Amino acid sequence: MGTTLSNKVWDRHVVRSAPGEPDLVYVDLHLVHEVTSPQAFDGLRLAGRRVRRPDLTLATMDHNVATNDIAPEPISAIQIDTMGRNAKEFGLVCFPTGHPDQGIVHVIAPQLGLTEPGMTIVCGDSHTATHGAFGSIAWGIGTSEVEHVLATQTIWQTRPGTMAVTVDGDLPRGVWAKDVILGIISRIGVSGGVGAIIEYRGSTIRALSMEGRMTVCNMSIEAGARAGMIAPDDTTFAYVEQRKHAPKGAEWQRALDDWRSLATDPDAKFDREIRIDARDLRPYVSWGTNPAQTVTIDDRVPDPAALGEGAEAAARALTYMDLKAGTPIRDIPVDAVFLGSCTNSRIEDLRVASDVVRGKHVRKGVRAMVVPGSMLVKLEAEREGLDRVFAEAGFEWRSAGCSMCLGMNPDVLSPGERCASTSNRNFEGRQGPGGRTHLVSPAVAAATAIAGHFAIPEDL
Amino acid sequence: MRQTTRITGRAMPVDRANVDTDQIIPAHWLKNVGRTGYGAGLFEAWRKDPSFVINDPRYKGATILVAGPNFGSGSSREHAVWALDEYGFRAVISSKLADIFKGNSLKMGLVPVELPAEVVTKLLRAVEKDPSLEITIDVERATVEAPAIGVRETLRLDEFTRTRLREGLDDIALTLRYSDDIARFEAKRPGWLPRVS
Repeated sequence: MGTTLSNKVWDRHVVRSAPGEPDLVYVDLHLVHEVTSPQAFDGLRLAGRRVRRPDLTLATMDHNVATNDIAPEPISAIQIDTMGRNAKEFGLVCFPTGHPDQGIVHVIAPQLGLTEPGMTIVCGDSHTATHGAFGSIAWGIGTSEVEHVLATQTIWQTRPGTMAVTVDGDLPRGVWAKDVILGIISRIGVSGGVGAIIEYRGSTIRALSMEGRMTVCNMSIEAGARAGMIAPDDTTFAYVEQRKHAPKGAEWQRALDDWRSLATDPDAKFDREIRIDARDLRPYVSWGTNPAQTVTIDDRVPDPAALGEGAEAAARALTYMDLKAGTPIRDIPVDAVFLGSCTNSRIEDLRVASDVVRGKHVRKGVRAMVVPGSMLVKLEAEREGLDRVFAEAGFEWRSAGCSMCLGMNPDVLSPGERCASTSNRNFEGRQGPGGRTHLVSPAVAAATAIAGHFAIPEDL
Repeated sequence: MRQTTRITGRAMPVDRANVDTDQIIPAHWLKNVGRTGYGAGLFEAWRKDPSFVINDPRYKGATILVAGPNFGSGSSREHAVWALDEYGFRAVISSKLADIFKGNSLKMGLVPVELPAEVVTKLLRAVEKDPSLEITIDVERATVEAPAIGVRETLRLDEFTRTRLREGLDDIALTLRYSDDIARFEAKRPGWLPRVS
C-alpha cells in the first residue's frame, strides 16, 4: 500500500522510534518569537545549555510589537528587549522591529525561502501549520518544547493520524481561500481534525496560489488538527525558486527531484476522508465564538434551538456576541475592520482588498486598519501604490506585526465593539476583553468597511 | 517536571465545550517573561461572573478540573497549563483534550485524562451535585476512579508517558542520551535544506 504525504515527510525525520514511545523527530527549522520563548531561554541558562543549531533557528518579534509609532508599554518593551538579548547571547539571527525582514513569523519564513517542501518546522505558535502549504509538516509547540528544540533540535511526538479533505471544482466568484477553510471548519467542526494531519487535496486546492494555500493551512488548528499540508507542485516550486535561502544550481535540481516524490501515492489510504464540492462554497462570516460557528453571507444568525447538540454553546455565543437569532448577516453593523494576521496579510490579500476599496471610502464611524504581515509585504504594497489606495479610502496603514489578531499589543477592541476581521480566531475576548470578532475573507472585510455592515464587493 | 504517581482530590466542574486557551488565560498575561504569576489570570474573563464555578466556595481547593469536550483548544500557549497548575489543579479530565494542550500538560506534570464522553458527563453531574466527591487518578496503575459513584476507568496514557510522569523526568536530559543518534541523523541530512545563517 502507498504512503501519504504526511507519513513520507514524517518517516524521513524520525531519529529514533521504539514501540510504546513517541518518535524522536528532527526539526529542520525552528521559528522563535518574543512571547513564547523567554522562559525557554531561562531554562537553557539554568541548565548551562546552548542552542544546538543556531543555523536552523530564526527569531523575530511580532506578537507584542506596536505596529504604529506608539512606544510599547514598559512590560512589552521588556519582553521585546529580552528576545533581542536572548538572540544575541545564544547566537541566533533575529529580526527586530525596524529590520527590513521583520514581520509575522509565518509570513517571513516563506518569503525568505526558509520554508521549503518536505521539511519539519516548529514554532511556539499554533498557526505554524501555515508552512504546511509547501508540503512540510509544521506545527505549534509549547514553551517547554521550544526549550527542548533549542537544546536538541528534536522533539518527541506521537505519529499523527491522517485525514484527507478534498475540495474539487471551480470556486464561485467572490469565494477565496479564506472561505474554503471557513467552509471546511464549519463542516468538520473545531475538533474535527484532533490527532491528525489534514492533507488538503483536489482541483480547488491545486488552483490556489501559495498565498491562498497558506491561508488554508494556517487555520488547520482551528479544526483541532495537529497540522495541515498540501502536496508541493509547480506552483510551490515557482514560489520557492530564487528566494534568498532557496537551493541554487545543482542543489535546486536535486531538491526538485526529491520534492516531486513527496505527493501521496495513488493507492495510499487515509484514516478519514472528507469531500467538498467547491460550488457549495460561498463567502463566509462567523457569527459565534469559535470558528466553526460560521454561516454564509446570505444566511441569517442561526437559532440555537435548531442546532441540536451545540444549542447551549450557541446560545452562550449569541449572548456574548449580542446577536439575535434570525438576523440577516448583512444587517449586522460593525465598529471596526481588521485586515491582517498570519492568515490574511500577504500581498495577494492586500491586492484583493485594495481593489474593493479603490475610489471608495470607509463608512463613517468605522475604524479600519491594514496591517501588512511583514515589512517586505509592506514595501511591495507601497511599490504598487496600495498604501495610498487604502489611506485614501480611510484605512490606517500600519507596519508589520500580529496587531489586532490577539489582543496583546496596543491594537485591541473596546468592550462591546464588533469587528470584521481577516484573522483566525473569534474566541471571546480574543481581540480585547468584551470585543466581538467575526471572521471573514479580505474581500468581505474590505466591502464591510465600506458598507458599514457585512457585505461582499458586489453589494457595493 | 514534577513527579506524579497518584492524585486524590475533589473536582471542579466546567461543563462547557471547546474551552480555548484564550479563556484559560487571555493574551495580555503573555507579556510576562517569567514562569510564575499566572494563577490569578486563570479564566480571567469568566471569573468576573459571580456565578462561574471558580467563585463557588464549595469548589475551593479542588485539584482536578472536569471539563467539556475539546478542552484547551486554540493557541499553543503553555501559560494555560502554568495558570491551571498554579491555581492548584493537578489533572484535567475531558472526553477530548486539544493536542498541543495535552503535550504542554505533560511537560509540567499536569495529568491529562481523556475518558469516554458518557463517563465525563457522569462525573460532571456527580461533582455538580456533590462537591466533596473524591476522584483518584493513579498514574502507576493507570486507573481513574470515583468509588462513590462506581466509576473505574483506565488512564489512557502510554507506558513511556506514565514513566516520565512517575519519575518526573527532564525531557531534555532524556533526549541528550540519544545525542549520538541525533548527530548521525544530522550527518545524513540533504545539502539543499535551508540554513538561517
